[in-house]
Amino acid sequence: MITIFLIAFPIVAGLITLLLKGETVKRFAFLLSLVELVATLYAVSQFNPAGINPALAFSYPWIESLGISFSGNIDGISLLLVILTTLLVPVIILSTFGRSYANPSAFYALILFMEAGLVGVFTATDAFLFYLFWEAALIPVYFLAGVWGGERRIAVTFKFFIYTIFGSLFMLLAMTYLYFQTPGTHSSSLEAFYALDLTTGTQAWLFWALFIAFAIKMPVFPFHTWQPDTYAESPTPATMLLAGIMLKMGIYGVIRWLLPVVPAGVAQWGTTAIILSVIGIVYGSIIAIRQRDIKRILAYSSFAHVGLMSAGVFSLSTEGMQGAVVQMLAHGVNVVGLFFIAEIIGRRINTRELAQMGGITQNAPSLTVFFMILLLGSVALPLTNGFVGEFLLLYGVFTFNPWYAAVAGLTIILSAVYMLRLFQGTMFGEQNELTAGMSDLTLTEKIALFPLAFMVFWIGMYPAPFLKLTEPAVQNLLQQVVQQ
Amino acid sequence: MFSSLILLSVFGILNLFLGFLKSRSWLLPVTILFLLTALGAVVLDWNKSFYFLNYMMSTDNVSVAFTSIIILSTVLIIPLSRAYVRTEGAPVAEYYAILLFSVVGAIMMVGFENLLMLFIGLETLSIAMYVLAGSDKRNPRSHEAALKYLLMGSFATGILLFGVALLYGATGSFGLGGIKAYVVSNAGNISPLLYLGLSFVLVGILFKLSVAPFHFWTPDVYDGAPTLFTAFMSTIVKTAGFAALFKILSVSFTGVYNFWWVMMAAATVLTLFIGNITAVYQSSFKRMLAYSSISHAGYLLIAITTLGPASRESILFYSLAYSLATITSFAVLMLVNEQRGGEGYTSFNGLGKQNPFLAFTLTVAMCSLAGIPLTAGFLGKLFIFLNALEKGFVWLLVVAVLMSAVGIYYYFRVVIAMYMKGSSEEVMLSDGKDVLTTDKIVVPGSFQVVLAITTALTILLGIFPNFVMNLF
Repeated sequence: MITIFLIAFPIVAGLITLLLKGETVKRFAFLLSLVELVATLYAVSQFNPAGINPALAFSYPWIESLGISFSGNIDGISLLLVILTTLLVPVIILSTFGRSYANPSAFYALILFMEAGLVGVFTATDAFLFYLFWEAALIPVYFLAGVWGGERRIAVTFKFFIYTIFGSLFMLLAMTYLYFQTPGTHSSSLEAFYALDLTTGTQAWLFWALFIAFAIKMPVFPFHTWQPDTYAESPTPATMLLAGIMLKMGIYGVIRWLLPVVPAGVAQWGTTAIILSVIGIVYGSIIAIRQRDIKRILAYSSFAHVGLMSAGVFSLSTEGMQGAVVQMLAHGVNVVGLFFIAEIIGRRINTRELAQMGGITQNAPSLTVFFMILLLGSVALPLTNGFVGEFLLLYGVFTFNPWYAAVAGLTIILSAVYMLRLFQGTMFGEQNELTAGMSDLTLTEKIALFPLAFMVFWIGMYPAPFLKLTEPAVQNLLQQVVQQ
Repeated sequence: MFSSLILLSVFGILNLFLGFLKSRSWLLPVTILFLLTALGAVVLDWNKSFYFLNYMMSTDNVSVAFTSIIILSTVLIIPLSRAYVRTEGAPVAEYYAILLFSVVGAIMMVGFENLLMLFIGLETLSIAMYVLAGSDKRNPRSHEAALKYLLMGSFATGILLFGVALLYGATGSFGLGGIKAYVVSNAGNISPLLYLGLSFVLVGILFKLSVAPFHFWTPDVYDGAPTLFTAFMSTIVKTAGFAALFKILSVSFTGVYNFWWVMMAAATVLTLFIGNITAVYQSSFKRMLAYSSISHAGYLLIAITTLGPASRESILFYSLAYSLATITSFAVLMLVNEQRGGEGYTSFNGLGKQNPFLAFTLTVAMCSLAGIPLTAGFLGKLFIFLNALEKGFVWLLVVAVLMSAVGIYYYFRVVIAMYMKGSSEEVMLSDGKDVLTTDKIVVPGSFQVVLAITTALTILLGIFPNFVMNLF
């Protein structure tokens, strides 16, 4: 029941928000998102990582004549992503307190609707339900980006929308095909898909149909062309949703709906996927070094980081998979924090050009501290959250093929280069007339950044609870892949 | 269904006499009452299956369901005729009577057991449409539409009739049962006349359904006809036509499936390509809807091509989903055209701010037509795709999926105009002369009710399709 509540509550909350008017909406939306977070914590308290959790599963007949059911479940991987979603949404809403958006009730309602879609994606165990939530999460963010975005928003977000829908249609095709391979009166449940015994040739094309959908969402090279523009043109809350949570939909899709369903396809094409991911790591990092717009630097850095996660997942090792799961949480926290910092700076000095910044640290010491913490997490310094994830990921890729790991390992050096360039360019150096008037963080901004900074250290110093939470689920999944 | 046939014919004549009354505000509620009575009469035949009119027609649950969709769509379209009631001297009673008569024709096309009945039904429906297409007497484009429709339509009817004659020559029967008996008993030794006759009949029906390559009349007729009647044409005619096509092929000609599926598959691919690709290049929302109706005929044809036990549910569900979304689109278009002037995408700029309700309903309709989840249109497409995949038509499905992606492009252009383009920008008509007004649109009560019903049904069916799918 709690799972259904987690999906349904944001929808109700969004509808209530729609009815309200004025600036108080944001406070109300924030409170509602906190309720959702509390509900998640309750689900965590009910969760037993080692065993099965019937209290968290739900299943109702939906389109009976076709064997399609409204069913979902929460295992360790799902739970971690639900935690990520419900933790980040309040932070994202809080990050908007310093700024007012036109038509706020629609703005916050869309954020809450998106939250429902995301939780649905991470919990659904029926293919068609998964697809439904997959698209349901896209539409709110499309409107957020398209209505409240920057000057070039219409063309950019439309490209993003068509691009991702195009990918998902292939997923739908693959899923309907799988559905018809299930025995008897057909079923679209995950277990039925796992139990299928398909020929290698079939699995190969199914692999590509599914992989393209997920690769576009992540994005993996060469399906990334929508990403930097969309991240840069979207209003920052939408960028945070995209980079912090929506990107994880792609990786989650690979873990849950690709690897165990078409293992022979993965055996055949997994190396190609890793190579593409590794290309993305290096390519994204190098472009990030050359960017002038601070939001674009973060966009390309996100593209590079997701490449490593994808490579780790396709390495099919426990470490790689565990690393990807922990890194999804860590990256979500870091990237949302960094985009928030970029937004704060942009809001105060009305530009995102790196060249026009400098010397911010003199006026804004606490901003500098938070920026530093999140940045260290992002460049994977030991004792920060990024280190745990990236170490495991690289180890996983290394067990697969040391050469790939060597190239992927460049990410640590390259990310240090572009992140420190970003930090230096903004924080150090001479003040100019723009940055001289820069004020430090407000209390609300500190409250929003604090949980993120806390998570950076918590996962970095004591990752055991998160690893324990997900380990049985990861083992189960890998067993599923290896068995076939 | 027999009673509703009689009732609607009588009501149509009654309506003509009501035209003599002075007060015209009575006409609309009375006509809706007539239609609802007929709907009740249809629903009474649920779970009954019998022949009537000397085996000329029959009723079963499928035909009851199709008839209900047709009458329901008419009930939803008629309240949109407000502008006609207001216009001084407009023959409103006659319009309503013609609409009722055309519904009679549509019911014949759903329930026929005899090809002559199909012919009569098709003609009753078509003649009504020829008249209504030209009903805007002061607009030359309306004249053009009517004349084009009449000339092309008569030609197609001629071909259909020729086909019926050939079928009679081959089988010695006009009845669906007689033809089926011939096809079954002479399997392997079927007269070439039958193949020729079947092809001609199919061409005649495909023409009415604006399936490529017989679609050339569609954009001009849809564009030129008054929007109210375009809405009627693109919903009722489509539903009735597909019901007829499904019936004739599934009852009589399953034995020669190998002959006709190739024709249908070719027409499907062609229709999907032409409908979707051409729609992308339209700058007028109304013309886009015309091409979109062609492309939806393509999706429905997939269900015919891959004829199987699940086809009837998927055709039914799709027709319903498509009709609801189309009625919404035309209703909003009517208001925008009436109060802002212009049928281009630019006329919709800033509607999201000025009229959130209108913009929301149109967005739901566009999502449904584009096949975005949580709307009836998505499930309609899904059911048709599932059906096709079950029969092994993967290649057809790949084409359909690619074309759906194209569809999203043109359907969302109007959504972008409504939400992402400001109304403060100078909005120019396509001829560049007049500046459109972008004031708030006044939405009359009748429109509000219709839009609320169609939108609510679109979303409800998108979430709980069981309501329709479990009927059989």
